Amino acid sequence: MSKWLQDNMPKIVLAPSFVAVMVFVYGFIGWTAWVSLTRSRLMPRYELDSFIQYERLATSPRFETAMVNLFIFGTLFIVIAMVLGLLLAILLDQKIRTEGALRTIYLYPMALSMIVTGTAWKWILNPGLGLEAMVQGWGFESFEFDWLVDPDMAIYTIVIAAIWQSSGFVMALFLAGLRSVDEEIIKAAQVDGIPHWRVYTAIIIPSMAPIFLSAFIVLAHLAIKSFDLVIALTGGGPGYATDLPATYMYAMAFSRGDIGQAASSAMVMMLVVFAIVVPYLYSELRVKDD
Amino acid sequence: MTDISHTRSPSMARNQSPTVKLVLRVVLYILLGLFALFYLMPLFVMITTSLKSLDEIRTGDLISLPREVTLDAWKTAWATACTGIQCEGVRPFFWNSVLIAIPAVMISTLVGALNGYVVAQWRFKGANIFFALMLFGCFIPFQVVLLPMARVLGIMGIAGTIPGLIFVHVIYGLGFTTLFFRNYYVSIPDELTKAAKVDGAGFFRIFWSIFLPLSLPIIVVTVIWQFTQIWNDFLFGVSFSQAGTQPVTVALNNIVNSTTGVKEYNVDMAAAIIAALPTLLVYVVAGKYFIRGLTAGSVKG
Repeated sequence: MSKWLQDNMPKIVLAPSFVAVMVFVYGFIGWTAWVSLTRSRLMPRYELDSFIQYERLATSPRFETAMVNLFIFGTLFIVIAMVLGLLLAILLDQKIRTEGALRTIYLYPMALSMIVTGTAWKWILNPGLGLEAMVQGWGFESFEFDWLVDPDMAIYTIVIAAIWQSSGFVMALFLAGLRSVDEEIIKAAQVDGIPHWRVYTAIIIPSMAPIFLSAFIVLAHLAIKSFDLVIALTGGGPGYATDLPATYMYAMAFSRGDIGQAASSAMVMMLVVFAIVVPYLYSELRVKDD
Repeated sequence: MTDISHTRSPSMARNQSPTVKLVLRVVLYILLGLFALFYLMPLFVMITTSLKSLDEIRTGDLISLPREVTLDAWKTAWATACTGIQCEGVRPFFWNSVLIAIPAVMISTLVGALNGYVVAQWRFKGANIFFALMLFGCFIPFQVVLLPMARVLGIMGIAGTIPGLIFVHVIYGLGFTTLFFRNYYVSIPDELTKAAKVDGAGFFRIFWSIFLPLSLPIIVVTVIWQFTQIWNDFLFGVSFSQAGTQPVTVALNNIVNSTTGVKEYNVDMAAAIIAALPTLLVYVVAGKYFIRGLTAGSVKG
């Protein structure tokens, strides 16, 4: 008996986690997928009824806004955070004496909750008392910066706050990448008289392709999951102008009592994450097996 | 290497002119300084606003220093600000977050360490599949588990309670903690385990006296990662709590977005800083490990 126990201890230790993952991750995904194919409203129902919920999503102007917002927000957030992160990393890579302190400053927002970030930016972007009022107070009476309350522009305030929060992290990733490039190659290039900026564009940056991919995955993942920042900064408003799929799902689940819509929008989010992460995970795991 | 002097003369002269170099250095430092201001500005505004009176906020401007420093907003935020119908400030919710974070961090770290140890060192058929399944669980958008989790917590009788939130954080933290420890233990040669087995040491004995003593750095990384994730969580907190058991992030959001009465921006800012202090402190004290967790969580292996 004790021999059996001894031999199977690794499996016994892993078993509870295995069960937890199968139930709380995969089982729950299955439950949500199933319910997204029913007519569930306030209470879940289990009779399948084709793709009715997805048809409702497709015709819902609110969900359309949410998807368009995700596209605008996601694209701008990913592109700007990557460019800014790379720029900061390259600037910091020039043998800067205060590098440690600057790195700490650029990265600290990442330690904050999105709710804190949203609260801070909501105050800064407050048209009556924040940045707008300040610049007007300096004598630029016609200065306007009321994006927070402008339905067409509010989504960009979320982009600003999200970039402030995450670009330092991208910088840290890229900086680690820059430092891992072979010193000898760089020295050889310098000896050959290749201009400094060419060393970056022709040698260092191309060799960091895997880091670009990781940064992209992390940022895309953050963008799709963005929920707290929107809640704290705009509450999804004005109206539902800054809704994202995550806030749409939450509203359907907990304030509208529309479980079918909540489940189907969650599945759409899941599919978007799938499309981005699965090829990445697949390639990662394959490389490790070789 | 012998003909360096021939190849370098023209271009080096163009690149290395001392005046150009100096100007470039100055521009570089100015740029870095401007970026530092961009990242510091919100924190500066939060701190100064929290130290001003409401009158001063209305008449002064965003980035001016407080004329008269007052801690009233901090007192209100901590003890009397209204989060919905309750008016006890963020204090009770701050302690809720502590009560949620500490056990959840400890349990998920311990289980992650054991899982990582098995996956990395006791490879058996299926261990890799388990790891892949677990890894994928790190990436799911949690919206996809919110509805069934709400029901299951109800069935288990821990809906809206602090143990319920601990449970949720442990379950969905396991993916990352397992990943951290697995990647750390995988670099330890398995001859070590084999030799110990030959000497008659069992599964737990090897873990306890060989692996655990080697694990301090990865424990620090994991604890910091989990603490930051759980302390800063909002989605689970707002979905699975009820009045009285909410974590501090939810309370902060309720204070800021409550529509009753006069909007007290200074109290909002003080509450936000209070909610941010624990993770900021961790970042300042152990920034190196914080960054390592961030990069390990994204660039695996």
